[in-house]
Amino acid sequence: MMKNQVEIGKNRTGIALSPIDSQLLIQGAEAAPPSMPGNESAINEARTAYAADGAPIGTMPPPVTIRGIAVGLVDAAKGKNANVFLDKLGERLAFERTGTRLYDAVLSKFDASEPLPAGPARAELEQIKAEEAVHFEMLREVMVSMGGDPTALTPSADVAAVNSMGLLQVLGDPRMNLKQSLEAILVAELVDNDGWETLIELARTEANASVVRRFEQALAEEQVHLSNVRRWVRAATVQREGSATAR
Amino acid sequence: MALDIMKERGTALNKQQFTWKELVQVPYSKLDDDAFTRVRVILMNGIEAESLRFKHMCARFNPHLQVPLAQIRRAEQHQQTMVNWLNPPDQSPLETTIGFEQVAIELTAFLAQNEPDPYLKQVMDFGLLEDFDHMYRYAALMDRVEGRDANTLLQCYTDILPGRPTSVEHRAPEDDLRVNYEKATASPISKLNAVILVAAETQTHDYYMTVGPMFADPTARQLYAEIASIEEQHVTQYESLSDPKETWLEKWMMLELMEVYTYFSCAKQESNPRIKKIWERFVDYELGHLHVAMDLFRQHENRDPAEVLPASLPEPIDFSSQRKYVRETLAEQVDFRANGRQIVTLQEDSQLSIAYRQRMNREGSPSERVAAGYQWRPGTELAPKGNGHGHSTRQVSP
Repeated sequence: MMKNQVEIGKNRTGIALSPIDSQLLIQGAEAAPPSMPGNESAINEARTAYAADGAPIGTMPPPVTIRGIAVGLVDAAKGKNANVFLDKLGERLAFERTGTRLYDAVLSKFDASEPLPAGPARAELEQIKAEEAVHFEMLREVMVSMGGDPTALTPSADVAAVNSMGLLQVLGDPRMNLKQSLEAILVAELVDNDGWETLIELARTEANASVVRRFEQALAEEQVHLSNVRRWVRAATVQREGSATAR
Repeated sequence: MALDIMKERGTALNKQQFTWKELVQVPYSKLDDDAFTRVRVILMNGIEAESLRFKHMCARFNPHLQVPLAQIRRAEQHQQTMVNWLNPPDQSPLETTIGFEQVAIELTAFLAQNEPDPYLKQVMDFGLLEDFDHMYRYAALMDRVEGRDANTLLQCYTDILPGRPTSVEHRAPEDDLRVNYEKATASPISKLNAVILVAAETQTHDYYMTVGPMFADPTARQLYAEIASIEEQHVTQYESLSDPKETWLEKWMMLELMEVYTYFSCAKQESNPRIKKIWERFVDYELGHLHVAMDLFRQHENRDPAEVLPASLPEPIDFSSQRKYVRETLAEQVDFRANGRQIVTLQEDSQLSIAYRQRMNREGSPSERVAAGYQWRPGTELAPKGNGHGHSTRQVSP
């Protein structure tokens, strides 16, 4: 059974465990001057130089349907905003799809773990997972109705996927416990809530009222996810620290 | 444009120079560039890796060749760097893996169709259907663990469906070796095909062995372990196709010719103009290497390279979807097995291999588990059936 508390063991990463070697290490480093003058700005300069080439990670795909093309042609300004909207729509869609899989991983952590006294219950996690899947499907429908391709990886979706790589690593790793996994989920839910708020703001000008209402409903559910996950993480952390102090 | 390999001497070795900045160029776009640009980048990285590997082995057995080998390796090290660093950092190891399997499928399918020797073609078809299955397993992993769609990489050129199941691809080592071609009678394209496939499969093996432990998910770690084992079998298979009686210098010349051929093929079809220039530049570099090897061949074997090399390059590799050929091969040969050095029917499967795979699979098969019940759909299996736009699809056939 996976435990949620962190125990004292043989962690070798700090210098305090090597009082003699650490002094030699420090003295050696201090005695050797740098190989050349300067500071970390050289690394920043390399970033700036490469960025000056101006190559983006990618672009939006061309519109799929007549409606999408019409939006682009009739009103250039509106077309530009529509592009931003579809890009962010693609981001949310990809995020909710991955989110569904993240909750699959949390559920397996839940099954392998000792329960956390303040939650979550399995049913609560299952409900969130189901809602993520519903949000994905709803976004897919909206994307199609807006003339977009729900299978395309938009630039914002790609960036979000890169952002999420660390979350997948935490949630996939069977050595990382339920509490640690919930901390990863908290990052996801924080980002997701912000993402929905931005998307709703865009939808107010780029989509019809019914789309806005569906998005607001999704945000309301995401807000509940966030507050639940936040509560579970805090309770698991504070309670553990509290009980350790008591002992 | 025809390339006269005997007359064109390419770029002289001492003119093949780089800077660090030049080696690290802006990568291709994962989103915007054609999937075959990624395929070519992955392939050519593997070709250069093979070239370095061969030259190191050659140097260990041939002290008199060590200096020119080291000189050419220096250029090739940097060619490989420039090529491999074209892979973009927003392309995850699993996404790159999808690219590797697309290389294996589309390239092997083309080479098999272009292979004049029926036995060698049979061997390539055999390997093709195995790599084809790997794609399906990795796509399932990507959808189910990461919530991403492999087709964003494949761009609809390559099917995602079961091939010869990975779980039955595990064979006893004795059943992975094949009959080599005879150097005196084999056509040049057969020799080139064999070494191209060794290069592609070896780099695939090495890549899976490197990235496999970077995955967190236990099923992902197991799947990479399982498929890496098959890739090692494939290296054994394709490696055994080359005639061991070829001299070191014969093999070296053929390797350089293969590099000219593959870069030339890449340059001919590349849609990214910036990357096309790299392929063109490296055609000239490889011609330079080829002529060094030819000169050494004349010097040390007192023979005319024309005894070994063809007068002209074969038809360039066609980097395009080979869907029709793959589906036909799948329909006809999915049940084939290997017994000794022969490809056989299911009924003639090797008892050694059956026992081996039963032993390896006795605690379960990662490749079966990851794809249990999996059918690829546009976007994800979580989406309803259809074409991804809310409409149903028609039945498709070969």
